[in-house]
Amino acid sequence: MKYLAAMNPARKRAVRLTVALSAAVVLAGALIYTSFSAASPALTPSQLVHQAQSGRSYQVTGTVVAGSVHRSGGTLHFSVEDRVGGTVVPVVYTGTVPDPFREGREIIVTVQKQGGAFFGERDSLITKCPSKYKAAPPPAGKQSY
Amino acid sequence: MAPLGSACLLLALAVCVYGIGASLYGVRRGRPEWSDSGRRAVYALAGVLTVAFAVLEIAFLRDDFAFNTVADTSSVTTPTFYKAAAVWSSQEGSLLLWAWLLSMWSSLVLFLTRKRMRDVAAYATAVLLSFGGFFVSLMIFYANPFATTHPAPVEGAGLDPLLRFPTMMIHPPMLYSGYTLCTIPLAFGIGALLARRVDAEWIRAIRRFAFAAWFFLGIGILLGARWSYAELGWGGYWGWDAVENASLMPWLTGTAFLHSLMIQEKRGMLKVWNASLVLATGVLAIMGTFLVRSGVLSSIHAFGGQTLGVPFVCLIGVTIAGSIYLVVTRRDMLRSEHRIDSLLSRESMFLANNVVLVALCFVIFWGTYFPLISEALTGKAASVGPPWFDRYTVPLALVLVLLSGIGPVIAWRRATLANARRNFLAPVGIALSTVTVLLLVGVTGKPFALAMFGCAAFVLGCVGQEFVRGVRARRAMAGEAVPVALVALVRRNRRRYGGYIVHVGIAVLFVGVAASSSFQHALEPTLSVGQSSKVGAYTVHYVRPTATVTPSNDAAHTGATLSLGAVLSVSKHGRHVATLYPSEGYYASDEPSQGSVGSLIGGQPVSHVAMSGGVTRDVWSAIAPNIETPQLKRIVEIGNRTIPFVHPEDALIAVAYLARSYLQHPPPAQFHFIVSPLVMWIWIGGLIVFGGGLIAIWPAPSAVRRRVAVLARGRRARAARGLARA
Repeated sequence: MKYLAAMNPARKRAVRLTVALSAAVVLAGALIYTSFSAASPALTPSQLVHQAQSGRSYQVTGTVVAGSVHRSGGTLHFSVEDRVGGTVVPVVYTGTVPDPFREGREIIVTVQKQGGAFFGERDSLITKCPSKYKAAPPPAGKQSY
Repeated sequence: MAPLGSACLLLALAVCVYGIGASLYGVRRGRPEWSDSGRRAVYALAGVLTVAFAVLEIAFLRDDFAFNTVADTSSVTTPTFYKAAAVWSSQEGSLLLWAWLLSMWSSLVLFLTRKRMRDVAAYATAVLLSFGGFFVSLMIFYANPFATTHPAPVEGAGLDPLLRFPTMMIHPPMLYSGYTLCTIPLAFGIGALLARRVDAEWIRAIRRFAFAAWFFLGIGILLGARWSYAELGWGGYWGWDAVENASLMPWLTGTAFLHSLMIQEKRGMLKVWNASLVLATGVLAIMGTFLVRSGVLSSIHAFGGQTLGVPFVCLIGVTIAGSIYLVVTRRDMLRSEHRIDSLLSRESMFLANNVVLVALCFVIFWGTYFPLISEALTGKAASVGPPWFDRYTVPLALVLVLLSGIGPVIAWRRATLANARRNFLAPVGIALSTVTVLLLVGVTGKPFALAMFGCAAFVLGCVGQEFVRGVRARRAMAGEAVPVALVALVRRNRRRYGGYIVHVGIAVLFVGVAASSSFQHALEPTLSVGQSSKVGAYTVHYVRPTATVTPSNDAAHTGATLSLGAVLSVSKHGRHVATLYPSEGYYASDEPSQGSVGSLIGGQPVSHVAMSGGVTRDVWSAIAPNIETPQLKRIVEIGNRTIPFVHPEDALIAVAYLARSYLQHPPPAQFHFIVSPLVMWIWIGGLIVFGGGLIAIWPAPSAVRRRVAVLARGRRARAARGLARA
């Protein structure tokens, strides 16, 4: 402090500004770094089957397979597949199930591979776009938007 | 009616173009009559858009399904209250609401500043009309609310059941008011930079509007949180969802601005910072609107599949580039008139508070847009979850609450050790004893929550001390009674004491957040009738099932065809506490493939949460009944086979039969119970914040007197001149 006090004010301000800015840069760097390591890659079910490593989180986006949903106790079992069908991935999930969750609906869930199965992280299930399974595409004659 | 609406939109666009031209010509050429005409164009825009909005609202209330947007988001069976609110449930309708609110608020601010800062206001007029013109063009070219189909369908799709909650009437208008009000400081900031008048005057002119933006946005956010908690079968009030975050970001920078503008007013400092904050707030508000509209990020709020991405990206890009250009080219004028004297001063505390708020905003920004950033940088989409947000926001929130206690009591310019001791001894004592007491009664294991309780106690101590000192001083000087002195104290200095009350509210709100997130008990049991389960200290007993078939008027008046639920008895240590009636509503689906009976209940089911709220804890419950047992499925199948579509009343009888069967043989149901302590204090804290905000924003009596005095002086002067001539 004594050293700082002895400097002329302009230099003191410059030093302070540099210190403050570098602190901000370091913090922002830490934040950005952790965001990349903490992020869960977004995958489709078929990518998940090929790429998943045990113990890492993945955010999988897929369609709930018809007839695959059943509950036992507090756990929900269902399977997801790619939008075009194909690979089916079974998921075991606990936690809140959003109202729009349905067979055939597109959902996003964060899962971890443990052994051969995928376990959903608690409360990570969200359904995409509840602005609704509106009746098919608008009939001809309607202005498209 | 539709042609009238479309004509209004075209007229509105013409008015915008004319107004931009007139006000720019007026200010560049020094022709004030043209600037005045530009200002009147804003009033005209407000008038035209009011007519357009009324046309759409009437179409909704009259079930005019020729309007595509009415057919898509309303129906004959939608309750009237929700028909009125359905206007802003669609893309087109919400764009119209945005433009309309923008025109109303712009008219108000330009009317109030009509006698001042003509050059700044003229530029601001042009900026505001550009935003207005942008939204009107979106409606004309991309999403026309007045597009029609002929012949009109006989029935519409109905309002999404998830949106059938009373808050729907007020949450979107509040948020949009907040968003549109954020563009007013932005417009005046740009105006001040363009006109090279960067003193504190433009800040004084829009201070009240910045405050109103903060106020409405805050109410909107809180109502959204409350909606999520009380309606969605989820039980949380904040999920770090992209659209929630988008509304929080401008609120945070707006809060920072409301603090740092005081420093510019009082000491002529932080001008670059203030200009940047105003511009950032405006841009973040537009980005917030964009996020809801565009569907670029997956969010429960996004309108799926419709993209207005390109025009919005252009608008945001132009605004950001323009803002940066203006701040950089005007930086010489934005030099501070003073320097911060000491790190221990109110100025530096304000600066610290600004840094924390902006850091919070940055964290949220990064997390929200991370999927886009990651895709751009690594080519792989990835996202960060709530734990990542919590890791950064929780410590920042702690510092923020701590600063909200220090800020109001620390001295301006330079605090000495002696006055620090005088100001902080009591609050620190209160905080430490609060933490000690909590530790002694066994509140352990959650260090962050405990720290938050300590910080909140510190804030209450600081603010309480300020009130006590103020009242004591008044009593000593005027000998008033305590209540009189208290009221007089607040009335004399509304901004200051209103601000203190806001700080108390924030502390209370965070106590609610910390307690409810750290000490919550949640359970998702499957129960049969007669079974119980234990949640925290409470026992919840499934007494009996309920079922109502209510084609137009169910318990919650939301238009569900069928509602299945449960009667739950909640007790604590054998003593009855509350009876809860959670239910799930089943809505008509409009999908003929589900059959005549199936389509009556095949829509999206929506939870109707039941809870027993209290000042110490909420017991929250939701039910997901099993409607797909073989027996119930068979009723639907037989109904579908035997009842043709032309007899909906017969299909309804089949639904009633299903309800009776459900009551006679209730299958086990999936429940969700949450016992959260102190949740109610989040809402109470919110109310305190907004009460304090109202006190602070209310015109001070002295200001009114001053204005009256100025008017009177003017009149006297004119009278004197008149006498002199005579």
